Amino acid sequence: MSGIDLRRRNFFKTSMGAAAVAIAPGILLFDAAHGKPPAGDGKVRWGMLIDTTQCREGCSDCVTACNKENGLPGGTSATAVQWIRKVEIKEVSTGRKMSLPMMCQHCEKPPCVDVCPTGASFKRHDGIVLVDRHLCIGCRYCMMACPYKARSFVHEPVTDQNPDVPRGKGTVESCTLCVHRIDNGQQPACAESCTNKAILFGDLNDPDSDIFRKIRSVASVQLRADLRLNTGIRYQGL
Amino acid sequence: MKLFASLLLCLWIPMALATGTTVPKLDIGKGGQCVEDAQWMRKNHMDLLKHQRDDTVHKGVRNTKHSLKGCIECHASTLDNSVTARADSFCVACHRYESVKIDCFECHSDKRKSAWLQRNAK
Repeated sequence: MSGIDLRRRNFFKTSMGAAAVAIAPGILLFDAAHGKPPAGDGKVRWGMLIDTTQCREGCSDCVTACNKENGLPGGTSATAVQWIRKVEIKEVSTGRKMSLPMMCQHCEKPPCVDVCPTGASFKRHDGIVLVDRHLCIGCRYCMMACPYKARSFVHEPVTDQNPDVPRGKGTVESCTLCVHRIDNGQQPACAESCTNKAILFGDLNDPDSDIFRKIRSVASVQLRADLRLNTGIRYQGL
Repeated sequence: MKLFASLLLCLWIPMALATGTTVPKLDIGKGGQCVEDAQWMRKNHMDLLKHQRDDTVHKGVRNTKHSLKGCIECHASTLDNSVTARADSFCVACHRYESVKIDCFECHSDKRKSAWLQRNAK
């Protein structure tokens, strides 16, 4: 299957905008999808740079910290909830091994948001992709749309949640970049817990941030860059 | 005169019934000055919570006075730190009396944050 044709999409957007102006100058008859006015100034885009050369094989401190912070049970079965997982990869020809954490990549153009029938899956104005579980009906389209398999469905009733992280049975969830911590000026739990400082968190748009400088000075990649989703999570040393 | 008497009777009967009913007794926790007038809150708290929830989830507006966490902070019982644990808990007492199901706590914690932290400290 071919990827989304962005040129085609942009063409439609432009022509629809032109049509709206032509019909009623000064009055827009409809609100373009995802075109709601921003809550903040829209200049911030949270992201992470993960240095795979610093990520130790067998270490799962980030996973443990995530589970603790968000009150996840921490199973790894097919139906278990996993917001972040450690992946060990090996290059077949050279035998070079690498270890890296995988989670929601917080895409600029998230496929999960495109497919959500209720608008529960959405992108916050600072680039964080979230599920509004008040609206989620548990259809799991987003889980199928996500190329990173980042989302989980909650199969079991949940008790004793973190008061800052409400979660319950029958909805889909994934990494929130610890949005409740970010809103309080803290770092995500995984970034804070990494003893090797392999996870660098920051504002991808702020020229004074460490992450801004680093993604301009070292080679980094986006996973499945061919899909042109422009992910907020970047990997270094792959 | 007859009409007046019957009108009076019509008004008097519901009044007599109303005074005879039992009002739910609830454990208001720490209590104190509520963010709005108490009677107004009884009628409108659900609208405030719904408005706040959308602001919080979509715009990241937290720590305003109309948050569910704020309600729980003041009104969770001082005995068990919960707003739903017992029949006279703050949310349960009225909701049971009015037969209105609360969905909030299928996902949200009904406990004070401090109590949760204490239990989940390393």
